[in-house]
Parts: sequence; structure tokens; C-alpha cells
Amino acid sequence: MTDRKDNAKLKGIRHRSIERVLIIISTIFAAVMLVLPLGYVIVQSFSKGAAFYLSAITTENVISALQLSLFAAGIALLVNTFFGIMAGILLTRYSFRGKQVLGALIDIPFSVSPVIAGLSYIMLFGRTGWLSPVVDDLNSLTGLGVKIVFALPGVVLATIFVTFPFISREIIPVLNAAGTDEEEAAGLMGAGAFTVFRRITLPHMKWALLYGMILCTARALGEFGAVNALSRTRGETFTLPLEVDALYLSGSADSIVAAFAVSSILVLMAMLLLVLKTFTEYHMNKTGRS
Amino acid sequence: MFVELQDINKSFGNVKASQGVSFGIEKGKLSALLGPSGSGKTTVLRMIAGLETADEGEIRIDGKRVNELEPRERGIGFVFQNYALFRYMNVYENIAFGLKVQKMSREEVKNRVEELLSLVELKGLEKRFPNELSGGQRQRVAFARALAPEPSVLLLDEPFAAIDAKVRGELRRWLRDMIHRVGITSIFVTHDQDEAVEVADGIIVMDKGRIEQTGTPGEIYRTPKTAFVAGFIGEPVIIKDFGRLKGFSAEGYDHAVIRPEFVEAFKSDNAHFKKILPFAEKGVIKDIVFRGNTYAVKLDVGGMELVCHRSLERRPIEIGEQMNVIVYRLFAVKGNDIELMKNGNLGDDSSDQLEKYLYGDSGYFVG
Repeated sequence: MTDRKDNAKLKGIRHRSIERVLIIISTIFAAVMLVLPLGYVIVQSFSKGAAFYLSAITTENVISALQLSLFAAGIALLVNTFFGIMAGILLTRYSFRGKQVLGALIDIPFSVSPVIAGLSYIMLFGRTGWLSPVVDDLNSLTGLGVKIVFALPGVVLATIFVTFPFISREIIPVLNAAGTDEEEAAGLMGAGAFTVFRRITLPHMKWALLYGMILCTARALGEFGAVNALSRTRGETFTLPLEVDALYLSGSADSIVAAFAVSSILVLMAMLLLVLKTFTEYHMNKTGRS
Repeated sequence: MFVELQDINKSFGNVKASQGVSFGIEKGKLSALLGPSGSGKTTVLRMIAGLETADEGEIRIDGKRVNELEPRERGIGFVFQNYALFRYMNVYENIAFGLKVQKMSREEVKNRVEELLSLVELKGLEKRFPNELSGGQRQRVAFARALAPEPSVLLLDEPFAAIDAKVRGELRRWLRDMIHRVGITSIFVTHDQDEAVEVADGIIVMDKGRIEQTGTPGEIYRTPKTAFVAGFIGEPVIIKDFGRLKGFSAEGYDHAVIRPEFVEAFKSDNAHFKKILPFAEKGVIKDIVFRGNTYAVKLDVGGMELVCHRSLERRPIEIGEQMNVIVYRLFAVKGNDIELMKNGNLGDDSSDQLEKYLYGDSGYFVG
């Protein structure tokens, strides 16, 4: 399709002039809405010099926020990879009553505002919440004093909630397209369920799985609303986006530039994930075609 | 009987996929499950393999009930319709898979795979991936892979459906010879009667989840036992009021099934047919289809549309030409029962006459 002769004979919605207009509009849109703001963040973060930048991103609060962000994203990634694969296999390889409902439930985080998710966790685990007796019982049983709301577990839970659908939504179409014949064939030859998963199912979905994991990580690192609802203590339960917000709101000229400097860490991580995602997409298309 | 099914019932929701299915297959025989799509033949195959569970009835392999056994414990090799080759493994790994999961030693695996590769004549292609193979090569890999763990029964689901028509005939003969050489009891599913007749030792005809008839290809073809089989096998033409044909009485029958080989069309001046000319109908040629080795001639006989085959050696004919048409015999259908009915005017030796008329004394086709 890339060679000139084909392009000259574009039909239907595919016309030379339409192509040009679409390219121009899309490029301008992407530049103004997406690239420019991020570029501005980078430029602004260095507006007070490299020394200021370095000191701004190495304060105790920022280091703590970075650690918490990575920790929460890491746990969310692990948990959601496990449950995502489970849900993907359940929804594509088994048929049972209520399958449609379960499939729809997985998408709740896509449709519910993260702030509401955060608030609902406060209600659920807070002092009068349904699950607070359970948490109290567990604490007295184990002798631990685990707090959920306004503490690290709450932040992790909120992050898991908002990133829950990414992995299962990526692998479900791939598993459906791959079909069950190869798995059945392997099973007939004597392979157990785990061997079938490892040798047949996993190779089918590995690029989609990786893609979902990247999306999950990116979303987890960027989450603000749900975590904001469940987090109060700067330097303890603040993630990077919350720290940026706090710096920006404190209003002094220095802290605003510091907010940009901290933002640049998030932008950098996003860029890294974008490169990974593009690489994965390339592989997904390649294996999809063969 | 090596493989035996007894009163198998199976439903998917309201759909009855199998109703009272019973049949047996002798050791070492190659059988075909033949039926139109939706007749339940693939379900039967999958139940034997254990990929579906029968609601009622018993499945026995080598005298042992296998209903409760896991698929992998049944000793079955299965060739899937699209072969289901492991697309992320090369030919060697595909064939070796079943051996490796059985914890065979590396050396044994290697020997067995090489033995199979030379059996299916795919040596040198070990490193190829399934998407780098032709349809026929894929079928051979699927065949070798299914045979690798030395199953006692081989099941094949529409093994030729994914093959180009051009090489299908060659592959049919290849598979038949290969299965006979290996000597494994095999069942294959097909909707193509030519395939069943050409490849199988025995045929089981299915329709709507029931067994219609079982027998050798010759029996199924020559003596269909039910209305469905008569209307499915061969190139059947259904004629409602066949009593209008000279020599037949339609009283008490629903309709007739007439195959092309039951019909002869000849020109009035043909000396060989002089004796039966008075019993012939007048028919007009509506269409002539060139079939390579014969013509299929469509005739309008008093409003009835009959088809006969005509050798290329005989005198040329053309559309619109008037012919004399004689129907030697037909299958008269009443309900689900059928009866072979001979043309009353020709006497008992009508079949002998047919041969005489067709070949003449010198053994060659006559005009």
C-alpha cells in the first residue's frame, strides 16, 4: 500500500486530497494538544537552572513520593497481571451462567470516576464501613495494626482498582482469536493444564499481555483522583502526581518550578513506556499477521 | 469391535446433537462419518476423543468403557479440521510435543520424530514453522503429530476441507494408504460423499443427530436403506409423480429418487435400443454440462426434469434436440422407507440389458 501506484488509485473514502487534509489536522492536533504541553513542562522545569532542578527532585517528599508511586504501580501490576490472566482465561475458555455480567463488571473502573472509587474505599474501610470490622478482626488476630484508609494499603488498593481492566481487556480478544484447537490438541497428547498454558496459551498472548502490562503501569503511575481521596500525609502517602499537585498549590514561584521539575520525572517515565509500547505493538502486529 | 458407541445421546441446550447413536468399528479399519453440516458427526468424533461428554450411553475403546477417562488417557490421536498445528513451534517441535510431555528421553524423542518425518516424507522441513508450509504439508505434520504418541485410535475432523481441490484427490489416496500401512483404527468426519466412498473401508451416514445407515461404500451407494440416504448419496434427482413414467406405478409412494445412471437417452435411429423404443418417453435436452470424462445431460420429460450421463465417445447431441428417454430403475420413497423399483416393461434382466446397450458386442461405446 505504500507504493505510489497504489496511492494514485485510492477509492471510496481514500482520496489523495482527503489524505493530505487528515495528515495536517492530525499533526496540528497532536502537536498542540499533546506534544507542546509536555515540552513546556520540560522547558519550565529547567527555568531556574540545572542545580535548582536537581535539588527540586531530590527533596525528601519527592523521593518518598517516587518510591510510593513505583511501589503502588508494581503491586498493581503484579495483582492485575495475575487476575487479568485469570479473568481472560475464564471469560474465553469457559462458559457459565452470568459470564456476560462478569465480563461487564471488569469494565467498571473504565466507567466510574476514580474519585468515586477512592471515596467508596473510604466508606468501605472507614470507621463505619462494611469491611472495617473485618480489618479490625484481622488486626487483633495477627497483632498487626494495619490501617487502610489514609495509609499505604489504601493507595495501593486505589491503584489496583483503576488499572484492573487493562490486562484482561488486551488479552481477551487475542485469546478469542487464537481459538481452542491448539490447546485441545496439546491436551489430547497428554499435556496437563499448566503445560498447555505455558507452551500454547502463553505464547499466543504474550505480546498482548506485555502491552496490557505497559498500559497498566502507565495508568498506575499517573493516577491522581482515586489516590488523592485516600491519601492525606505529604511525604508518607503521597504519590508523584499528588506531590506535583501539592507543590503547585503551595503557590510560591520556586515551588511552581519545582512542580514542573517533578512532573518531568513522570513525563520521562511516560516516554519510556511509550517506546516500550510501540515496540510491543510492532511485535503484536507482526505475529498477528502470520 | 474395537471402537464401540452404544445409545449415545447428547444435547446442547435444546439442540439434540446425538440421538441414540450406536455403531462399532473393527480394529484396523478406516471409517467415515458422513453427513451434511449440522448432522452431528463432529460431535460424535469429539465425544469419542473426550472433548465433549456424552449425556447418556457408553463409549468403549478396546472393550473398555472410556466415558469417565480424560481425553489424554484415552489413547487417541486427533487431526483437527484446520490441523491446529502449534504455530509457535516448528515442525520438529510440533511432532515431538506429545512425546516430550510423556517424559520420553531426548534420544527416544529424536528417533521417533525422525521415523515419523520419513514416514510422512517431510525430512528436511524440521525447522519450518506451520505458516511456512503448504496445506498438504500441514496435513502431513498434523498426521505425524497425532501418530507420534502411538495412539490406538486416530480421529480426523474433515481432514481435506482445508486443502485445494487440485491436490485433494492425491492427498486422499496418500492418507488412505498411510493409515492402512500404519494399521491404526481410524474414523474421519466428512460431508463429501466422494471422499467417504473413495477413502473409507466403511461408512456411517448421519443426519440430524441420528445414524441413518452403516455399511461398506458399495452397500451405501448401491442399496440405500432410508429416504435420507437415497436423497443424499449419488447425484439424486427427486421426481414427485413418477407414475407418469412408462413402466412404473407411483401408487402408495411419496416420490422417487432417480440417479443419472438409472436413465438412458438415445436417438430414434439407434439400432441398439430398437427393442425398447416403444417403452421410451420423449424428452427434450435442456442443458448439457461438460464434466471432462462425460456429459451430464438435463432432459425435460413431460415436465419432469431428469439427468443422465453420456459418454464422450457417443454421437454428438445438442440443446433442444429430442431424445428417447428410458428410466431403468429408481428408488421409490414411502415415508422413511425406500424400495428399488425396476422398469416393469423391461423385464428382470434390465441391468444386463443396460450393459449390452452401452457397449455393444465389440466392447466399445455405441452411438
